[in-house]
Amino acid sequence: MAPPAPRTGDAVFANVERVNAELFTLTYGAIVRQLLTDLEEVEEVNKQLDQISIFRGYNIGIRLIDEFLTKSNISRCVDFKETAEVIAKAGFKMFLGVTASVTNWDADGTSCSLVLEDNPLVDFVELPDTCQGLYYCNILSGVIRGALEMTRAWCCMDKFHSAFWCCFKACISPEPNFWCTHQGMCLVRLATHPR
Amino acid sequence: MQFFGGSEISPAPSAPTGSGNNAHMMYIFNRNGVCLLYREWNRPLRTLNAQQDHKLMFGLLFSLKSFTAKMDPTSVEKGNLGVPQLPGQGCSFHSFRTNTYKLSFMESPSGIKIILVTHPKTGDLQEPLKYVYNLYVEYVVKNPLYVPGTPIRCDLFNTALDQYARSLA
Repeated sequence: MAPPAPRTGDAVFANVERVNAELFTLTYGAIVRQLLTDLEEVEEVNKQLDQISIFRGYNIGIRLIDEFLTKSNISRCVDFKETAEVIAKAGFKMFLGVTASVTNWDADGTSCSLVLEDNPLVDFVELPDTCQGLYYCNILSGVIRGALEMTRAWCCMDKFHSAFWCCFKACISPEPNFWCTHQGMCLVRLATHPR
Repeated sequence: MQFFGGSEISPAPSAPTGSGNNAHMMYIFNRNGVCLLYREWNRPLRTLNAQQDHKLMFGLLFSLKSFTAKMDPTSVEKGNLGVPQLPGQGCSFHSFRTNTYKLSFMESPSGIKIILVTHPKTGDLQEPLKYVYNLYVEYVVKNPLYVPGTPIRCDLFNTALDQYARSLA
């Protein structure tokens, strides 16, 4: 049996190459800003951040999963609870340098919220009034959806509205058809975290 | 659902360099059975055309996985024989050996299957296969021009693989 994997992700985080956090934040901010200028519709931008295309979240996710698996040596998770924990602790730590917490489990254990208290994507960001419906971190839900889909976890992400936490809700279904009909639904709520 | 996508052979029969030419062939498949890469270094006999060869290999692995999981004496819950298993679920087989070759296999939880056919005296190859998976991540997954799910056409990756295969004891 392989030695127990470092589920906290700290060891992995220490080993991966890193880029400057501000560079990352500013680059992402510039991208969202450009999307807003090009598309003008907040809803459109939300969709673009999540979908499959050259840059968007889903496309990142389907590649990210392989890197995550090689770097972190984690074997298949037994159930969804474990999956959520691994994403929150190891996954986020490895790629964003922060851990998320898993809360709000529903009665079945099929849906939960992942809360990012210290989200590097939203440093320095203020949303103007015209963009209140914008799910700024939507790319994160796209990435997670893409990554989970490659490991055959059919999931759909639910949207929330406004509020002060950057979090998104994922629910998992044993049947692939469920995912297909809800395909367009990955949205994330965001605002700046009150410091 | 399209199960077997189009795939093309990308042979690179390198001249035997003396010692270290242990690896015969390598296949990389993705979750859907598309052969992402086929590399051969030492294959005297070819009986089928490329497409059939890949399908045969994938079918073989699928059946072997199913069969080994079903026969597992330590697991409590076993699916019915023939039901597709999620990658990583159930026990996973590592290799089989005949008198002329040894076939080693590794599957990642994301469904990437790596097969390496070598000389029968070769030891356990799980670590080398993990290294190949690492190479795959570095050269292919991180390559923005690569479309996931299509055959790999990346010279750097091929070169790195050739070099590594040559170094396998």
